[in-house]
Amino acid sequence: MLDRIVGSRRATEGNGHLAVEAGLITDATQLAAGRPTPWQTVQTARNIARPHALDIIGRVFEHFQELHGDRAFRDDPAIVGGIAELEGRPVIVVGQQKGSSTEENIVRNFGMPYPEGYRKAMRLYRLAQKFHLPVVTLVDTPGAYPGPEAEERGQAEAIASSIQLMTRLAVPIVVVVLGEGGSGGALALGVGDVVLALENATYSVISPEGCAAILWRSASEAERAAVAMKLAGPDLLETGVADALIREPAGGAHTDHEATAAAIKSALIPQLDRLSRVPVADLLSLRYERFRSFGMFVEPDGSTAPMPAQPWWRRILKNPLEKGGL
Amino acid sequence: MRLRNPFGRKTKEFPSHLWTQCPSCGEMLFNKQLERNHRVCQKCGHHFKLGALERIELLADPKSFSETDAAIVSSDPLGFVDSKPYPERIAAAQAKSGHKDAVLTGDAQISGVPVVLAVMDFEFMGGSMGSVVGEKLTRAAERAYADRKPLVIVSASGGARMQEGTIALMQLAKTVAAIARLDEAAIPFISVLTDPTTGGVLASFASLGDIVLAEPGALIGFSGARVTSETIGEKLPKGFQRSEFLLEHGFVDQVVPRTQLKERIAFFLNSFRIAGQDLRWSL
Ligand SMILES: [Zn+2]
Ligand SMILES: [Zn+2]
Repeated sequence: MLDRIVGSRRATEGNGHLAVEAGLITDATQLAAGRPTPWQTVQTARNIARPHALDIIGRVFEHFQELHGDRAFRDDPAIVGGIAELEGRPVIVVGQQKGSSTEENIVRNFGMPYPEGYRKAMRLYRLAQKFHLPVVTLVDTPGAYPGPEAEERGQAEAIASSIQLMTRLAVPIVVVVLGEGGSGGALALGVGDVVLALENATYSVISPEGCAAILWRSASEAERAAVAMKLAGPDLLETGVADALIREPAGGAHTDHEATAAAIKSALIPQLDRLSRVPVADLLSLRYERFRSFGMFVEPDGSTAPMPAQPWWRRILKNPLEKGGL
Repeated sequence: MRLRNPFGRKTKEFPSHLWTQCPSCGEMLFNKQLERNHRVCQKCGHHFKLGALERIELLADPKSFSETDAAIVSSDPLGFVDSKPYPERIAAAQAKSGHKDAVLTGDAQISGVPVVLAVMDFEFMGGSMGSVVGEKLTRAAERAYADRKPLVIVSASGGARMQEGTIALMQLAKTVAAIARLDEAAIPFISVLTDPTTGGVLASFASLGDIVLAEPGALIGFSGARVTSETIGEKLPKGFQRSEFLLEHGFVDQVVPRTQLKERIAFFLNSFRIAGQDLRWSL
């Protein structure tokens, strides 16, 4: 079914779409020495000039038609989404939207969604499922908005429900972390079959400042917290939180939106091609196993579940590709 | 906190191993009697926090609880050190609470209905969810799925465990994925929210019950009240993020006093059928 919608053209072209050929970094050792420190990465990920969701959508996709509102409360400008085409094939794209100026940031609430933003995202995921369109999400948020109205409207329930829906959504989902992957508010858009991240993106359980305030009782220890929390690119690869990193232009994504978008586009196309050939039942069980396998603990017999050097699902992701499909 | 000394005596006449003062009404409560009343103030109904063992005793039929995955313990995925290394924090929490981590899981019966029961313990590092909690809850949900038994989770947690970094965040997706399969298979999941249930636990499985119950006066919210109040630069209204606030705003089905919790859960379990089978007759 999905083959009809996406990728069938590519499927006949053989297997010339290896992930590694698309400028992806799948192994921390591929990263250049002299990497920025985690704290520098945090600053880069937050750079106001960095390309945000609409900057990327406009360059990667064609004919983007934004769809508004959650059909219940209002339209949340901190989440944008709609239908677009990727090389002629329709997809649903949803992303958190930060502003590129103070004025725009006020409108966009600095990319911090309200519950209705997540409910809009869920409406679009259901639309994707109904019409067999693959989903691309763009993660870029300091976190879900922590204000009192957000609490009144069920911020936690909205995030939990969005995660639940994504774990069982019967279409391919590719997640791209553009900048900040801030906690549960990011994860609400972050459950997919493949999770990619820009080279200088971060993904964390809490902001380094928040972590420092709680554990060191001082927000000025954020730099130490950023190191300890392992939130930057190489750590995300090592833990398997990201399957691959997308190389940024030499000066960082903010120096060249065009080149950044081009790198994202060439990463997305082979992933959607590949995923579109996977039967839905396999897709869902692989997605389940992908998130099921996160965890570091020691079993009663003394055996550990150590951090795999190369998580098995990543091998699965690569091998079928090399053989020309699952 | 109001202090009230019922007999006008000095507080040293109420040694803490015998007496506890109610933070809500100030009454001095005799510990033994407080335990007998499942740690609810006899005078004002204030619900004290309840440990996991006491909670299991409250909900499970006598001797029906058999613990599973009891020996899973945390490793130190990130080599995390703040003022203390993470393994030292774990060891201290184990010594203090007597548990290996912040959740106990097992098979049990509630008023004769076989269930999979998971109970969190706030005493263990604030009930925070890291790999062990995530794994045990996921296994509990998977066992409920395999055995076609209802799942009951009692939450008490400050959220995800920072010391495990992004791996802790991924436990939200891991537990929710297991709950989502129960949902598809129409196997009942009852979520009980107790004081406190916040952050990543509320933003994952705890919000997703077919039935969501809360104990009176429990702190329940996504963001810490301090963060929320700093966000808007003003003090929050009284009762903000309490059980009754969530009931009013439509996010819990009922606020149930602890003394009625077991019979209420049993009522819901008895109302649901799994694949046309009445749970009452599946004994
Ligand atoms: Zn731009
Ligand atoms: Zn009282």
